[in-house]
Amino acid sequence: MSSYNQPARRRHIGDKRLIQMFVIPTVLLLILMNVFPLIYSLYLSFTEYSAINPTAPKWVGLDNYRQVLSDNLYWHNFAVTGRYALISVSLQMIVGFSLAMLLKEKFKGSGILTTLILIPMMLSPAVVGAFWKNIFNPSFGIFDQMLGYSDPNTAPEWLGNPNLALWAVVIVDVWMWSPFVMLLSLAGLSAIPDYLYEAAAIDRASAWFQFRRITLPQVMPLLLIAVLFRTIEAFKQFDLVMGLTGGGPALLEGRQAVNVTETVSVRLFRLAMPPQAQTGLSSAMAYVVLVIIIAISNLYIRSLNKIREG
Amino acid sequence: MSTRTAAPTSPVTISTRVDKVGRRPKVMRGIRAFAVIVITIIALLPVVWMIMTSLKSPSDVVAVPPKIIFKPSIESFIFLVTERVQFASPQEAAEYKARDDLKWYEEKVAQRGQKITRVGDFPKQLRNSFIIAGTSTIFSVLFGVLSAYAFSRFKIPGEGDLLFFILSTRMLPPVAVTIPIFLMYRELGLDNTYFGLILLYTTFNLSFSVWLLKGFIDEIPKEYEEAALVDGYTRLQAFRKVVLPQAVTGIAATTVFCFIFAWNEYAFAAMLTSDATRTAPPSIPSIQGVGRIEWETIAAASLVFLIPVVIVTFALRKHLLRGVTFGAIRKG
Repeated sequence: MSSYNQPARRRHIGDKRLIQMFVIPTVLLLILMNVFPLIYSLYLSFTEYSAINPTAPKWVGLDNYRQVLSDNLYWHNFAVTGRYALISVSLQMIVGFSLAMLLKEKFKGSGILTTLILIPMMLSPAVVGAFWKNIFNPSFGIFDQMLGYSDPNTAPEWLGNPNLALWAVVIVDVWMWSPFVMLLSLAGLSAIPDYLYEAAAIDRASAWFQFRRITLPQVMPLLLIAVLFRTIEAFKQFDLVMGLTGGGPALLEGRQAVNVTETVSVRLFRLAMPPQAQTGLSSAMAYVVLVIIIAISNLYIRSLNKIREG
Repeated sequence: MSTRTAAPTSPVTISTRVDKVGRRPKVMRGIRAFAVIVITIIALLPVVWMIMTSLKSPSDVVAVPPKIIFKPSIESFIFLVTERVQFASPQEAAEYKARDDLKWYEEKVAQRGQKITRVGDFPKQLRNSFIIAGTSTIFSVLFGVLSAYAFSRFKIPGEGDLLFFILSTRMLPPVAVTIPIFLMYRELGLDNTYFGLILLYTTFNLSFSVWLLKGFIDEIPKEYEEAALVDGYTRLQAFRKVVLPQAVTGIAATTVFCFIFAWNEYAFAAMLTSDATRTAPPSIPSIQGVGRIEWETIAAASLVFLIPVVIVTFALRKHLLRGVTFGAIRKG
């Protein structure tokens, strides 16, 4: 018996080393490139420091956080991001879910159409922004033309008008990401067992009743994942805005000029990069954003795990 | 009407749903198919418009109202790969145009009163994108497959937390992470180097690759390896000769996803690269024309940049759902 056990035990020790060999590179890389930088920037967020200045970081305590949380301009950035996230994610959910309802029942060619609809989601947001800029142009762009404005003088200037610019970003974002919601909804819809509908039909339940009592509750977990994921992404919104509006145009609000599409990430970028290069202050702002995103991510990963196990 | 009265001993394999019989569903299906086709066309319109713009001549691009029918031209692609200057005077331009040693593309450019001075930056940026996205993908998948195997097959202390930590790094906003990385890289002399960006993209994609690959490896029956171990294979051999071949599809899908993410990435590239290592995404929105915004050049650049992604989307279509949910949801 003992001689039979021998090789097994040796293999067991081998396994342990194997696990270490296989997992350690990943963990080390993540610590080096994610954890360490975050600790470093936590320190910087309590200092007055500029990356383009030779002066060493000077400890200022909570000053940076106080400034970020008390200055109207920063609140404006958070408000823009919040408004944008709310509108954009809601629209994506509506459009994406409706699309999924249309595609739920397969028909000839529905597979290829689904893939075609998914294309925008795979494109680079910065590049998408660059060519949508042309589409939105009031004189030679196609967007206003499609809406029926043939005179460039009266056509809405989507990117230049402070009242419309955020909507322009929302439109492009909805175009890009509704397919994502569609994909998740389709997965949820196709997993609903047929017998539920059969039972409902036998009971002569109305279509609306079936939708509310069977369809919706059954796809809810996946819709929740879609909402959380898109919300996280919306809070990180950066590339698309940079490609499309660069954060502008400016609007006079009270006595301050504010940039109407300047999301927190765009502001962070400007604050951190030269010429401003306010490294300490931008680190503090980054931490405020981080806390928000980590909170939402937490919910997201939890619901992912629930689905994995379920 | 109902077929569900069959005896329980003979299971109904094809269920006829009572609500799916009759003519109404057929008409509904027609309406649905029509609606989907219309929506697909609308969804693809921006991309079609981009392709059209890339084929327009400079004057057609800014025509009011926008031209739907036009004479195709490939000038934009010449503009894209060249650096040009405007002639100071029409006289000078005419003299240049009259020369008979001009190549066909030089002639095209000469008609716009411009002269090619050198090869443009775009080919180099595209090459940078390839090198950086390609190399980082190899490393993300390599480290990813090793870790995914370990997480899939062994009990690792704190496994749940570790996996949670790995995925949470993926959620961080790039802009927030880049500030300290920029300082770190400057200290180490890694800013504006291929190595720096490759290292960053590798890490960025690693969490994704671990999660996705773990899902794929979980699906390979453990019994295969166990049989191999009984046959005297070491664990490493079993991994190489049994698990890896079984995981080929998953590895391929992961590779393509990682490549697309790195290929499309903008924020890190915008902050950590400049001339020599700059990739295409931060360059395309800031393409400067000679004396005007060259919309056709921007469209041509976007087109060249997006084509690989579109092709790959088709290749990946069966795995898209898995990819976008980090492997959590397998089947649609």
